[in-house]
Amino acid sequence: MKEMHYDAAIIGGGVIGSAIARELARYDMKICVADREEDVCSGTSKANSAIVHAGFDAYPGSLKAKFNLEGNRMMEELSKELDFSFIKNGSLVLCFSEEDRKGLEELYEKGVQNGVEGLSILSGDEVRKMEPNVTEQVVGALYAPTGGIVCPFGLTIALAENACDNGVEFLLNTEVTGIEKTSEGYDLTTNEGIIHATYVINAAGVYADEFHNMVSEEKLTIIPRKGDYLLLDKEAGTHVSHTIFQLPGKMGKGVLVTPTVHGNLLAGPTASDVESKEDVSTTAGELSDILTKAAFGVKNIPFRQVITSFSGLRAHEVGNDFVIGEVKDAPGFFDAAGIESPGLTSAPAIGVYVAELVAEKTGAKKKADFNPIRKGIIDTRKLTLEERSKLIKEDPRYGTIICRCEGVSEGEIVDSITRTLGAVSLDGIKRRVRAGMGRCQAGFCGPKTMEILARETGRDIEDICKNRPGSNMLEKEEGGAANERA
Amino acid sequence: MREHDIVIIGGGPAGLAAAVAARKEGIQDILILERDGVLGGILNQCIHNGFGLHTFKEELTGPEYAARFIDMVEAENIPYLLNTMVLDINKDKEVTIINREEGLTVIKARAIILAMGCRERPRGALNIPGYRPAGIYSAGTAQRFVNMEGKTVGKEVVILGSGDIGLIMARRMTLEGAKVKVVAELMPYSGGLKRNIVQCLDDYGIPLKLSHTIVDIQGKERVTGVTLAKVDENRRPIPGTEETISCDTLLLSVGLLPENELSRSAGVDLNPVTLGPLVDDSLETSAEGIFACGNVLHVHDLVDYVSEEAAMAGVSAASFVTIGQKTRTDFVEIAAEQGVRYTVPQRLDTEHMKDQITVRFRVADVYKDRYISVYYDGERVSHKKKRVLAPGEMEQVIIKKESLSEFPELKKIVICTEVE
Amino acid sequence: METRELTCIRCPLGCQLKVTIEENEISVTGNSCNRGIEYGKKEVLSPTRMVTSSVRVKGGEHIMVSVKTSQDIPKDKIFDCMEEIRKVTVNAPVAIGDVIIKDCAGTGVSIVATRNVDTKS
Repeated sequence: MKEMHYDAAIIGGGVIGSAIARELARYDMKICVADREEDVCSGTSKANSAIVHAGFDAYPGSLKAKFNLEGNRMMEELSKELDFSFIKNGSLVLCFSEEDRKGLEELYEKGVQNGVEGLSILSGDEVRKMEPNVTEQVVGALYAPTGGIVCPFGLTIALAENACDNGVEFLLNTEVTGIEKTSEGYDLTTNEGIIHATYVINAAGVYADEFHNMVSEEKLTIIPRKGDYLLLDKEAGTHVSHTIFQLPGKMGKGVLVTPTVHGNLLAGPTASDVESKEDVSTTAGELSDILTKAAFGVKNIPFRQVITSFSGLRAHEVGNDFVIGEVKDAPGFFDAAGIESPGLTSAPAIGVYVAELVAEKTGAKKKADFNPIRKGIIDTRKLTLEERSKLIKEDPRYGTIICRCEGVSEGEIVDSITRTLGAVSLDGIKRRVRAGMGRCQAGFCGPKTMEILARETGRDIEDICKNRPGSNMLEKEEGGAANERA
Repeated sequence: MREHDIVIIGGGPAGLAAAVAARKEGIQDILILERDGVLGGILNQCIHNGFGLHTFKEELTGPEYAARFIDMVEAENIPYLLNTMVLDINKDKEVTIINREEGLTVIKARAIILAMGCRERPRGALNIPGYRPAGIYSAGTAQRFVNMEGKTVGKEVVILGSGDIGLIMARRMTLEGAKVKVVAELMPYSGGLKRNIVQCLDDYGIPLKLSHTIVDIQGKERVTGVTLAKVDENRRPIPGTEETISCDTLLLSVGLLPENELSRSAGVDLNPVTLGPLVDDSLETSAEGIFACGNVLHVHDLVDYVSEEAAMAGVSAASFVTIGQKTRTDFVEIAAEQGVRYTVPQRLDTEHMKDQITVRFRVADVYKDRYISVYYDGERVSHKKKRVLAPGEMEQVIIKKESLSEFPELKKIVICTEVE
Repeated sequence: METRELTCIRCPLGCQLKVTIEENEISVTGNSCNRGIEYGKKEVLSPTRMVTSSVRVKGGEHIMVSVKTSQDIPKDKIFDCMEEIRKVTVNAPVAIGDVIIKDCAGTGVSIVATRNVDTKS
């Protein structure tokens, strides 16, 4: 059995684990992130609303309120440091009846208490002036100019890459199955060997309760709350420009409709508590629920242009707030658990907070050579004609378009594979450069992307997986002459 | 800026036939832009036979049919660029292209022929619930893997949709040793050609379940099974009819969508039914000097008709280049009504039209013993009985210029089906 | 006496044929026209099909070349032919019409290339 030694081990390579890793990388410590999947950003972080919440929704005084506000305020600068897509497009919460107006005012009050800037209540007509596709039923809305949208993969992968570049080791395909307290800290049993860590940070998403409960008598219970989404073609991407929420009212909780940073339109999520923490299957009922609910607030959504549906699990802790900090009866074991919405927004702030807690405990010093800057993959679509031609001259692979729907070149795909913490699966490539994310959903580029991935990683094309091991795209052929390669 | 008389977007069957026709009309300066590394487009992976009965009076395979046109293009020395992707066409007919050799270049065209073809409708567009494992392919992607790359996509297969590619792949996968368990079709009739149902399914004992759909996909890494259910007349699954079938592969053959993103950027108006450009009888779109043909215009079932239509576009583009802009008259609208879903073209320029034009259309449902009728401003001028009409088989009527002479004030031509 | 049910593919109508075979007599019902009778008889007497597939190419610009039977073969020989086709690898260049397998699976019919594959440059 392999033995590995670290000052700190982070369980989970989602946005929270990656944010903590990146912040902890500022300190002179030996750190690892263990994740059971083949890539970071493979759980809740990859399937959510991709919203940077303004912060009016959380109960004042809660951790959700605190970290939401802080995270929201950090996001813009972080997006420049780490080169990921973030747009402050503002958000609206629609109110559908005069009886519900009180709820809207309460929301406004909560927002003010939480410290959200620039909030205002708009009339129905004012809303429709801002968003012509908002329905006639809408009588008013809360407007939050500080609301935004972000690429959740972009954010998580950028954090992880930057952590990795600053010395954090990412142990992928490494599933933690047991934790034991030792005199020096904790022993983490994994399929890849034992990780001996002085400190453990639990950022395991929907599984955070299981790890917490291995070391603590004060039990946590995380309920996986599933949400289905529909993603629409870029042609529908300008149907609304703000993120449009619905005020919970007599129509129920409602769903949001928002543009994405890549110019698609996203509608969802539904909410249903599920038994299994692996259940990310969409259901017909929920998908049709989105159609109905979205139409209350936004009219004429071109649902014919849906290109994919997906579902994600929110890690809902029964206490209804984030659980963050050192576990009382397990010194050296830190939780970042129950991170449901506004978790994505809060991640950068949670990262700073937890890293400081751990650093304080260890007494570790800040490194002089920490580099906070991460350069992303070149987005050739954003270059001018001259810049792009120059790039192609230097590297002709940028002149071969592989994914025609999203206009992704071979150069970008190769970069996504060969860079720090590069993609090892088709989904990994898709999340980094959007190849296969477009309207044909990899129908055309899938075979070519697989070929590039096999070539760049020295694998047989039959070994290429969609995501985790076992999700092979092709069957291995039995031996014989037919198997000879030309 | 580099300039060409005719720029053809796409080097598949439509683009090639258009190029050859334009050259025969005397246009020297033609450029074909092809995103793939070879000419011929999707025909290269359609290795089955059944192509060319109309065009060449013999039955060819897809690659052979493509080769005939590639040979003509080569013989005519028509220039083409391979591995070249068109990123944008603007309203001034400036075409932005990208390739390894030239980087990003803008080409100015006097006339453009849109021949980009179509793409397959993906799973997402159907909202099939369930997990999202590996092993779900559109039929065309599987076809590419099997025929062009010699790969095995799976051993136990369920196919959703009975479009022609799905039917062809049912046979192909069977021949390669896979077990195709069932082809499920949402509609009460198949979207594919009859001969494909017989030769691809019946020959191999593959069941076709009409009025069925997939209501769940199982498997977290790779597909392990799908749940099939019967649907009612509103295409909604009927509870209690579910049946789970184990499989490692799900192929989707659920429709083709014309690829008109570039057309849109060029300011071309699209038809909401065909999802292709609105065209007149010369196949000119709403944007002057931009023509369209093949599957980008409307999805065809026979390549022979693609070639015929594309030749028409080539001739029209050539005439646009030599004669210049037509003085447009008021168009006569060609309307699809009563059981006819759409027509191509959708309007007629009676002043400049050829002696006769072919109007192609599809019907909305399977009809037996119905008439196809043509009305000129409410007066029935043609009434022909058809034993059977099906959405999967494209129909056509011919409109002769001389037949219009008695209707000098003609505003609207209606093509419809009638019970009697 | 044997009866078989077939779908006629001579036109889009797709008549459901019932073909009855009795000693030397074959009768077809369910047809709407004479072409249905012809089709029914041929299908029960000697059904034949064209087979298409692709085989591996060594040293070519493409890794596979598409092929077909040069004419129809008996339906019951399809899988025998496929087995032979699957075993074959050819060397580039290959031209349309090149014979890939002579007398495939004892049918007397050749397998020929349906695509030009040049040598890899």
